[in-house]
Amino acid sequence: MKQQLPVLAGVLAAIFLAGHASAADLRIGTASEPSSLDPHYHNLTPNNTVRRHIFESLVDQDAKQRLIPALAESWRTLDDKTWEFKLRKGVKFHDGTEFTAQDFVYTVCRIPNVANSPSSFTLYTKGIDTIEVPNPYTVIIKTASPYPLLPVEMTTFGIISAKAAGGEAVKFDKAGCKADSWPSTQAFNDGTLTIGTGPFKLVEYRKGERIVLARNDNYWGTKPEWDKVTFRPITSEGPRVAALLAGDVDMVDEPPLQDLERLRKDPKVSVVETMSNRVVYLALDQAEKTPTIKGTDGKNPLRDIRVRQALSLAIDRAAIVKRIMNNTAEPAAQLLAPGLFGTNPDLKVAYDAEKAKKLLADAGYPNGFELTIGTPNDRYINDEKIAQAAAQMFSRIGIKTQVDAATVNVFFSRRNKGEFSVFLAGWSAATGEASSPLKSLVATRIKEKGFGPTNYTGYSNPKLDDLLTQALATVDDTAREKLLAEAMKVVSDDVAILPLHYEAASWGMRKGLTYEPRADQYTLAAAVRTAK
Amino acid sequence: MLVFLIRRIAQSAIVVAIMSVLVFAGIFAIGNPIDVLISPEADEIERAAAIARLGLDRPMYEQFLSFAGNAISGDLGTSFVHGTPAVRLVLERFPATLELALFAMLIAVLFGIPLGIWAGLRPGSAAGRTIMAGSILGFSLPTFWVGMLLIMTFAVWLGWLPASGRGQTVDLFGIPFSFLTADGLKHMILPAMNLALFKISLVIRLARAGTREVALQDYVRFARAKGLSPVRIVGVHILKNIMIPVVTVLGLEFGSVIAFSVVTESVFSWPGMGKLLIDSILLLDRPVVVAYLLVTVLLFIIINLVVDVLYSLLDPRIRLGGAKA
Repeated sequence: MKQQLPVLAGVLAAIFLAGHASAADLRIGTASEPSSLDPHYHNLTPNNTVRRHIFESLVDQDAKQRLIPALAESWRTLDDKTWEFKLRKGVKFHDGTEFTAQDFVYTVCRIPNVANSPSSFTLYTKGIDTIEVPNPYTVIIKTASPYPLLPVEMTTFGIISAKAAGGEAVKFDKAGCKADSWPSTQAFNDGTLTIGTGPFKLVEYRKGERIVLARNDNYWGTKPEWDKVTFRPITSEGPRVAALLAGDVDMVDEPPLQDLERLRKDPKVSVVETMSNRVVYLALDQAEKTPTIKGTDGKNPLRDIRVRQALSLAIDRAAIVKRIMNNTAEPAAQLLAPGLFGTNPDLKVAYDAEKAKKLLADAGYPNGFELTIGTPNDRYINDEKIAQAAAQMFSRIGIKTQVDAATVNVFFSRRNKGEFSVFLAGWSAATGEASSPLKSLVATRIKEKGFGPTNYTGYSNPKLDDLLTQALATVDDTAREKLLAEAMKVVSDDVAILPLHYEAASWGMRKGLTYEPRADQYTLAAAVRTAK
Repeated sequence: MLVFLIRRIAQSAIVVAIMSVLVFAGIFAIGNPIDVLISPEADEIERAAAIARLGLDRPMYEQFLSFAGNAISGDLGTSFVHGTPAVRLVLERFPATLELALFAMLIAVLFGIPLGIWAGLRPGSAAGRTIMAGSILGFSLPTFWVGMLLIMTFAVWLGWLPASGRGQTVDLFGIPFSFLTADGLKHMILPAMNLALFKISLVIRLARAGTREVALQDYVRFARAKGLSPVRIVGVHILKNIMIPVVTVLGLEFGSVIAFSVVTESVFSWPGMGKLLIDSILLLDRPVVVAYLLVTVLLFIIINLVVDVLYSLLDPRIRLGGAKA
């Protein structure tokens, strides 16, 4: 009889608490869902968000995307091509085994061996030439050429347990590591290998429904406040806000712009926001022949810098930010928000329709021409509306402009086939520094160097390529930052591309919670706290 | 009966074959899934590697032949997005959709038939007119809007019911169902109401039309003259005779509720098959779309079969003939 008392109390407590989330329970409604819990399967923001709860990387980034130590306590260069990472001692995986250098080696080995990966992390491991492990808590990485981005790239992938996957004897080999078999993606989805060192452990994963995590009480760092965290994908905007207002969830990411004003006024809800690492831009085709421009006798007017300058001057960026983006964005003069690494503080853009008309006349198009802007209509915040606004502004200086909007899958397929003379898109600098957009969007397409994969405009300036090549081989941060800023200026002087604005990232949460908004848009439960 | 079944299955096999060609070609024409799936940071070498990993570098007919070959041996391929077998993805979502659809159909029948009969028996009365007016609303209001309205009213303002999601589930034969827990039921009410609204209206109209016709038949008058109680007249003689059209339509509707409740599932974040379909189409996840449609075709075949059997139960004159039906 005596023994039953605590049980009874427990049952009563359970009844009392049922339907009411307890204080140490955090429920988050998310706009998108990971495609898998395998940390190396799909390099995609929702996957990387959940990964950061369960698996940690050697180096991490803070809310402003500055590097901070994680599983590596410190790192330094021994020479231009050699990096030494000192690993944290006494870190335990969720299964109780200790984290050592072999786990890192095994992780780097496994990354190229994920079957069916639609977007691989090899992007971030291919700089590694050799890995030496003088002792279990030191990793020495050699690169083929000077590779300043190595510590940044170490933030992108999570370390899995070599022991759990049976990879304790695997050795690194650039040509391909040898192992009997590699862990399957399924083993991470069903929890068998979902063993990391992170602040949370996996409890339950139901695709389309929820991901439940529990606090890792043996976590080496600051332990999170929450016993239990539930991520629920609520992909439609309205219902996501409704779930927050109804108290179904405590926090949502990406609340829709049109509801932000309302949420800010609601006494039960608070909103936090910051500039994100994403720029929204218009790309201008500068090839000889271009598909969607008419009235120029087959010539491509966008090859003329005066026409590009005219287009840039024609756009009233402040108006777009104010009217279309509800002030949750900032006009952009370059490809990454100023303040982040490698941006140029001196760059400016102006709005001057009269001057634009004059430039257009000087270029030989006093009566303008006809133009079609391609845009996705469900990818970036208000993407189609922005394109419509830009089209009106172009029409005002005499360029008759139409908008051709399509859903993401259609848009990107057509864009990649080169069907647009001008298209709207966005770029998130995952690494948080300027080489990311420069290298992908405006550098000349050179396959061997990995330059220009998203440069669909044919823009090419050897000066920019040289500066970028130099920057990517300069280990000294100050010198590299200067080179990148200079490269930014080349792009701006050439009007190679039209940056429009930097998107803001925002979160809504119930009153009483705080969250430091992150430029990389990750929603990290460990950083959500109750206000003191 | 056996011949009937065999013929049905042969017909369905042709439907499935034609459909998989159409879906395959259609999605192939939209574009390359890698354009949507790959991280924008990836360079051209990475892109080529990813395309090769998913087998998208081969010409379409080759992709189709290898798909068809595998499909015959029961393997519908692996999802491009999730990296898990496509059929498993679809079937994992099936219970959630099924229970929601059943719940919605139950609501439709429980409300629709009595209201329809009532309106049919007293077509001129105020109650009858109100029911018919209500059913027009049920037909014409767009589902997503009604869904949002239900959420705003019952979840945000009144706070009685949760706004979205599936709630707590209990495993029955290893399959998670939510109708067995109070929390799960609470989560089901709003989406099921939303789905049922249109069906209720439909059933009301069918039941009313049927009742008006049947109520004037000689056997009903005779039954009344014989002094049978009104309950028995309505409950047996009328009800049974209006059921054929109702069952036909409900059968078809049931299939479409399961297969295409995309809007309701999106609005209420219900983790069912409809949501999977729309997500997969957006990401051009061809194996999942094909698997989904195959499962759907199979479902319709089964439902039609059940409807045919129900006919013969409801009306003894109908036989499931094999020879010349």
